Amino acid sequence: MPERTSRIAEFVERHEKDLLSSWVDLQLKSIISRRDLINETEIREQSRQFLHLLREAAGGGVSDIQGPRWEAMREFLGEISRVRARLGFTPSETAMFVFSLKEPMFSLVRKQLGNDAAGIADETWATTLLLDGLGLYTTEIYQKGREALILRQQQEMMELSTPVVQLWDGILGLPLIGTLDSERTQVVMQSLLERIVESGARIAIIDITGVPTVDTLVAQHLMKTVAAARLMGADCIISGIRPQIAQTVVHLGLDLTSVITKATLADAFAVALNRTGRAVAPAASARA
Amino acid sequence: MERIPILKMGPLLLVSIQVDMHDQLALTLQDDLTDRIVKTRARGVLIDISGLEVVDSFIGRMLGNIAAMSRVLDAETVVVGMRPAVAITLVELGMSLTGVRTALNVERAMELLQVATTNGHAASGEGMDGRHPN
Amino acid sequence: MAVTRTEKLPVQSSEDIVRVRQAVRAWAVEAGFNLVDQTKIVTAASELARNTLVHGGGGSAELESLLAGARRGLRLTFSDQGPGIADVQQAMQDGYTSGSGLGLGLGGAKRLSNEFEIRSQPGAGTVVRITRWK
Repeated sequence: MPERTSRIAEFVERHEKDLLSSWVDLQLKSIISRRDLINETEIREQSRQFLHLLREAAGGGVSDIQGPRWEAMREFLGEISRVRARLGFTPSETAMFVFSLKEPMFSLVRKQLGNDAAGIADETWATTLLLDGLGLYTTEIYQKGREALILRQQQEMMELSTPVVQLWDGILGLPLIGTLDSERTQVVMQSLLERIVESGARIAIIDITGVPTVDTLVAQHLMKTVAAARLMGADCIISGIRPQIAQTVVHLGLDLTSVITKATLADAFAVALNRTGRAVAPAASARA
Repeated sequence: MERIPILKMGPLLLVSIQVDMHDQLALTLQDDLTDRIVKTRARGVLIDISGLEVVDSFIGRMLGNIAAMSRVLDAETVVVGMRPAVAITLVELGMSLTGVRTALNVERAMELLQVATTNGHAASGEGMDGRHPN
Repeated sequence: MAVTRTEKLPVQSSEDIVRVRQAVRAWAVEAGFNLVDQTKIVTAASELARNTLVHGGGGSAELESLLAGARRGLRLTFSDQGPGIADVQQAMQDGYTSGSGLGLGLGGAKRLSNEFEIRSQPGAGTVVRITRWK
C-alpha cells in the first residue's frame, strides 16, 4: 500500500506546545473525559505522550498504523485502553481521548495552510483517517481484554464443575452434570485422560445421570474419549444412561457396541470392581 | 549408526523410546527387536513410549508390526505410557492399534506380561535363564 | 487476514520429516495452541511430509503464521513435483493406499486440521495445505 505522506508530523513538531495546551483544555471542559475517574495531571501527561509518539511515527507516513513505525504508539494506546477500562471508562470514552484531538488539529491545519484550500482538504482528510484508525484501535484492545477475561472465567467454571473422583483403587469416576457443549466436553475429557494417567486407573466410569440431553457432537466426544482411554491402556464404562438418551443414541445411529454401558453408577461400579479382580463380601463378625 | 537401545531383563526385553525417531531409525528398531526376541528367546516385550510427544501412522504401524511379529515368535508385547494428547490424536487420525496391548505404566504392563507369559506357553520344556514355567 | 511470518523447509529425506515436525511444534507453541492442538498439527504435518517424500519424490514444506483479526493460526503447505494423484477423492478415503502405507495420511491430516485443501494432477505434482486456528 503506497504510503500516504502528510505534513502532520511537521505541524505537530512546530506547534506542539500550543496544540497540547488547546487539546488538554478541550478535554478538561468535556464531560466525556471522565474527570471523576482521571485527574488533570494524568490527562495532560497522556496527551503529551500521545503527541510525542504521533510526531515520531507520522514522519514516516500515516497510512499503515499496523506497521513497525507505529508500534510504540500502539503499545501506548493499548496500555491506556487497559488502564482506563479498569478505571471504569467505556470503550467509547477511551476512544474519545483520541478523537478529541481532531478539533485542535483541524484548527492548526487551517492556520498553517491559509488559502490553500486543496492542501487543507488533503491534510484534514489524512488527519481524520489517522485519528479514526488510532481511536478504533483503542476499542479493539478493549474488546480483546473483555474476551480474555470471559475466557478465563469460563475455564475456571469448567474446572470447578467437572471433578474427577477416585472411587476405589484403580477406579475413577467422572460424574458429569448439566448440559454439555462441545467445548466443555472436550476440556472435561482431556482432564479425565490426564487424571487416568496420574492415578494409574484401570477403569474410568463416566456417569451421565446428570446430563439431560446428549447430541451427536457430545456423543462423538464421549466415544473418542473412550477410544483414547483404551489406547492408553484403561477401560471406560458409561453409566447413567436414561431412557431418553438411549433413544437419542439409537436415533442418531451411534454404535456403542464397543463400550460398556450401564444404567446406574452403582452397576458400573460393581462391574469395575469385578474386572479389577475384587468382590464385596459381608464383614466377618469376629467379635462373638 | 544410532540405534534405540534394547535392554534384557530376565525373559523380557525393554525398549524406551526417548527421541523423535526418523523413519529409518524406527525400521531399524523393528529389525533389532525381532532379532533380539529370537536370540534371547524372550517371552515379553515392553515398549515405553512415555517420551513420545507424537505418534503418527508410521510409528503406529511400527508398533503394530512389532506386536504382530513378536506374537509369531511366541512373545507378547505391551506398549506403555501413551500420552493423552497422543491418544486423542491417534483416535482422530483413525488408528486403532488393534493387536497392540497397552498399559498406563510399567507396573501394570508387568502384570499383563506375567499373565500372558505364564498362560498357555508353559508347556515348553526348555528352561529359559533358569525360569521355571508354572 | 495477514501472514505474519513464513519459512520454507526442504522435504528430501526422513531426517527432514523430523525437522518439519520440530519446526511445526515450535511454531504451534508460539501461536499459543494448547497441547492437544499442537500434537494434532504436528502429527498432520508428519503425515503430509511423509507423503511428499514417499509419494511425491521429495518437495518442500512452507510454514506460515496467520493473523485474522485477533485470531492466530498456523498454515502449512506441502508441495512436490511428483507424479500427482489421478483420483483425489479416492486418495482421501481412509484405507486407500497406493503404496505400503495405511492410507490414513490425507484423510487423517484433514480430520486433524480446521481447513484442508489439495490440488493435484497426474504429471503436475501435488500441493496440500492445512490450517489450524487457535
